[in-house]
Amino acid sequence: MMAWLFKMAWRDSRRNLGRLFLFIAAVVMGIAALVAVTAFRDNLSRDIDTQAMELTGADLVLDGNSPPGKGTNALMDTLGEERSFERSFASMIYFVKDGGSRLVQVRALQGNYPYYGAIETTPAKAAKEFRDSSRSALVDQTLMLQYGAQVGDSIKVGALNFLIRGALHKVPGQTGISSTVAPVVYIPLQFLEETGLTKIGSRIKYRYYIKFANPSQVAAVVKRLEKDLDKYGLDAETVASRKEDTGRSFRDVNRFMSLSGFVALLLGCIGVGSAVHVYIREKLESIATLRCMGLKARQAFWIFMIQIGVIGLTGAILGCLLGTGLQYLLPYVLKDLLPVEMNMRLSWPAIGQGLALGLLVSILFSLPSLLMVRHVSPLNAMRISFEPAQRRRDPLLWLVYLLILLFILGFTALQIGGWQEAGIFTGSIVVAFLLLYGLSRLLTWLLRRLLPERTGYLWRQGFANLYRPQNQTMVLMVSVGLSAAFIGLLFFVQQVLIKRVTIAGGPDQPNTVLFDIQTEQRDAVAALTRKYKLPVLSQVPVITVRIDEINGVRASNLAKADSVAVEKHTRLKAAPGAPKQEGGGRRGGFQEPPGRAFNGELRVTFQRKLTSAEKVLRGVWRGDADDGRIRVSLEENYARRIHVDVGDSIVFNVQGVMIGTVVGSIREVNWARMQTNFRVVFPTGVLEEAPQFHVLMTRVPDSKVSAAFQADVVRTFPNVSVIDLKLVLRVLDELLGKIGFVIRFMAGFSMVTGWIVLVSAVLVSHAQRNREQMLLTTLGASRRQLLVITAVEYFFLGMVATGAGMMLAVTGAWGLSRYVFQAGFEPSPLAISGFFMVISAIVMLTGILSGGRTWKRK
Amino acid sequence: MISPGMSYYTPEQQNTAAILELRQVNKIYKSAGRELQVLKDIDFSVSRGDTVAITGPSGSGKTTLLGICAGLDRASAGSVILNGILLDGLSEDERARLRNDYVGFIFQNFQLMPTLTALENVMVPMELRHRKGARTRALELLEKVGLAERADHYPVQLSGGEQQRVSLARAFSNQPALLFADEPTGNLDEETGERIEAMLFELNREAGTTLVIVTHDPELASKTSRVIRMKGGRIQ
Repeated sequence: MMAWLFKMAWRDSRRNLGRLFLFIAAVVMGIAALVAVTAFRDNLSRDIDTQAMELTGADLVLDGNSPPGKGTNALMDTLGEERSFERSFASMIYFVKDGGSRLVQVRALQGNYPYYGAIETTPAKAAKEFRDSSRSALVDQTLMLQYGAQVGDSIKVGALNFLIRGALHKVPGQTGISSTVAPVVYIPLQFLEETGLTKIGSRIKYRYYIKFANPSQVAAVVKRLEKDLDKYGLDAETVASRKEDTGRSFRDVNRFMSLSGFVALLLGCIGVGSAVHVYIREKLESIATLRCMGLKARQAFWIFMIQIGVIGLTGAILGCLLGTGLQYLLPYVLKDLLPVEMNMRLSWPAIGQGLALGLLVSILFSLPSLLMVRHVSPLNAMRISFEPAQRRRDPLLWLVYLLILLFILGFTALQIGGWQEAGIFTGSIVVAFLLLYGLSRLLTWLLRRLLPERTGYLWRQGFANLYRPQNQTMVLMVSVGLSAAFIGLLFFVQQVLIKRVTIAGGPDQPNTVLFDIQTEQRDAVAALTRKYKLPVLSQVPVITVRIDEINGVRASNLAKADSVAVEKHTRLKAAPGAPKQEGGGRRGGFQEPPGRAFNGELRVTFQRKLTSAEKVLRGVWRGDADDGRIRVSLEENYARRIHVDVGDSIVFNVQGVMIGTVVGSIREVNWARMQTNFRVVFPTGVLEEAPQFHVLMTRVPDSKVSAAFQADVVRTFPNVSVIDLKLVLRVLDELLGKIGFVIRFMAGFSMVTGWIVLVSAVLVSHAQRNREQMLLTTLGASRRQLLVITAVEYFFLGMVATGAGMMLAVTGAWGLSRYVFQAGFEPSPLAISGFFMVISAIVMLTGILSGGRTWKRK
Repeated sequence: MISPGMSYYTPEQQNTAAILELRQVNKIYKSAGRELQVLKDIDFSVSRGDTVAITGPSGSGKTTLLGICAGLDRASAGSVILNGILLDGLSEDERARLRNDYVGFIFQNFQLMPTLTALENVMVPMELRHRKGARTRALELLEKVGLAERADHYPVQLSGGEQQRVSLARAFSNQPALLFADEPTGNLDEETGERIEAMLFELNREAGTTLVIVTHDPELASKTSRVIRMKGGRIQ
């Protein structure tokens, strides 16, 4: 019997193949998006795994911000079989031949680092040779190109000249983009002191690279040394932790892409559900006839189940093929962001998942309609309108609805990694579905009762099509409404994300930053700036502190607890690359590894008045500590991140001196403003004597003045660094453009899927209207009249469904922006009205065009 | 005590007993909280090989009666015995099996599967029974109704008369004991209708099938051996 069922399924579907493939076009797109994303993720994760040792270059990397003391040196002597030592800091270098100067990351190295992978240079031997006794350096190749420098030329680092021994191509663990923002220059460590750049106040990072004879011991060693590392202020990085960190930084991009892929698939599900619903309704008469001839209910069910299964599988295969092609595009777009070299391969797990999901969603979302087949009475063959197929209260139907809900919940949880978020997402979809369903019911009810008798015939007929028997109002309302909602939602979220990674620029914004200015140099640097007729837009002190205690609890304990909590919370945040602000302020609190908020360094300032970018949200700002109480102000996201509010007490460790403070106010900070912003601001009268450096911001009119000013600064104050923000902004712009492209690409994919669903829903529903139109033609209706009737029906339906969809989209985007991406959401009325008009028009045009045969008939 | 689905007659009675027997059949539809009695106390039987016409004005309950006789619908009260089997209480799937074994249908609007060719439409009842040689027999039947050369055509490519001829071939394909025809010529012009009628009676005679026709057409009714007249849900 099974063979015959397959034969019947084939016979029944072969005349509808075109239409059935339209049904699955949406599934193809959804699966393609998912396969591409999953395959990319698999490949990236595999490449991170295989290249992790080359990312760290050693079995263990320890880094800290204090010069090694006796204790540190003694500790180092006990570790591993081979060690390298590096001191790195930002500094200006001067190209002697060209006369240009540029901020770079100077790395003074001693030892045979890297032990895994290589520092790649031209000539290749330069990577080893620069460490010999001569004063030689390796300079980033792009920088050399930019300044026309060649191997054999000289650069000046601080007070010393170095011979360029080689052009630097690749440093372990560095991405393309980071070398553009902060190009690396290697010099031998032995000459660092002579450069004069190691004065107190210079922000130097001390790094120890250790190679173990038996790398498997590393984890145990790190565990054993935990207390010592804490004591000497050292952070440990192992191959395993680097692997984890690298994976984590890409998890967010992956999550957004996975979510887009999943939305595309969900749209496909809506497409399948609504299309199969209409398809089955058109088959009721045939099923009834077969039932008259003795076909059993379950046989009828299987004839259609086989069709849907085969079509679903075909869609899944096509989706996998398309997705596999697409996966090769993603690394191309993201290559500058990737820390590892991507070797794209076919991902069989991604393909397997795509195939299974395609088949599963096709069947699952068809089941509510397929189950209806079991209840088709043979009587329908004789009196189709008298006793339509009844759904009755089929317990299986409720089971299917439950399975659909569980599927959405489970798969969402898998994609975005949390049950709570998945629950909210699934609940929102159910609410949206119910709202649209209720709206379609209300609409038909209102039209039936309120449509005035005096309305012209064409309009009356058009509106009446929405509530007459066999109408498709509910199916179209739900599918068009949900598609519009998803399309709108993705568009709005994309806008929020792109806005979030865009830096505000403008004619009054500073474009040059001078930092590492020592207190005694402060006035002289300002005078030099003014000498070039440049404005001193701001000049603020920066003090490095650490949190010691919050409300009596040690920061190290809070950090440990936080590592666990952050794992649960770092989900679904925006794409990486949110601009890092000078002055130590990072946007929000979720951009750093777990625990770092508590035990990492903080750069703070002190001021009497708040700046124009700051607004007090809670508490009161007081700019002095005259009454003996030190009231600090915290940025709102940071305060939330470390779980403190107004009135809480914090003890800061200001380079060895403990200072007890109280949180006096919580501020909102406009991070998009190009100025020094801080997470924590002290009042005046507390930190004036603490070791500090100063940051000066100015605006330079053109590159000529910029070059002259920078050269003068480097000559006069070798320790002061200059950041040309224009250059940084341009690099960031390129980077953000690429991230934006990926976001748009994935969102666009889902939007196209939504459009296919929309078109197919309208197309299949029109089959219901064809017969009536022919009848009206026979009765003498002109083509123009038929056109008006159709246009009224579909435009009205499209308008109401799109309107509802847009409302859902705006609500959803607001919720996602506020609670997930933690960003402001200001919907653009232009975008909303644009979507509304375009989607309504698409529904109407598709409705009209789908009756092509009727319009051509003369 | 006779259970549903069991043979109602003894083996000796089976050959001589009526092929269709209705006892005190009533049918009530419930719609919008109101009851509508469509059939009232219907009692009749049809002998093997007989030809019967059920006539009556629109709304007299003819089609409902046909549905109940053929096991498409259930009576609200009373019993139906088809080919010696009591239909009362049979499940829908059991009645489907029964229809496949003993019953053939001809519909007013032909009811051919639009996605199946003429040949495949005729083959379906035989395939449902796993009958061997379905294709050969279907071709023979199409030959008989003069459509052998249109065997691979889809219904949409056939005229109304041709579709009804395919429908005739399908109805006889399983050699049913009982053939129900619901207004078989109602959708056809007079000339085509007459040709279909002639074909129906000829095939029926050859196969020795019992024929029950629901019709408005007195001329068609007059060609049957017995006429049951319905009015207001009752037999007159």
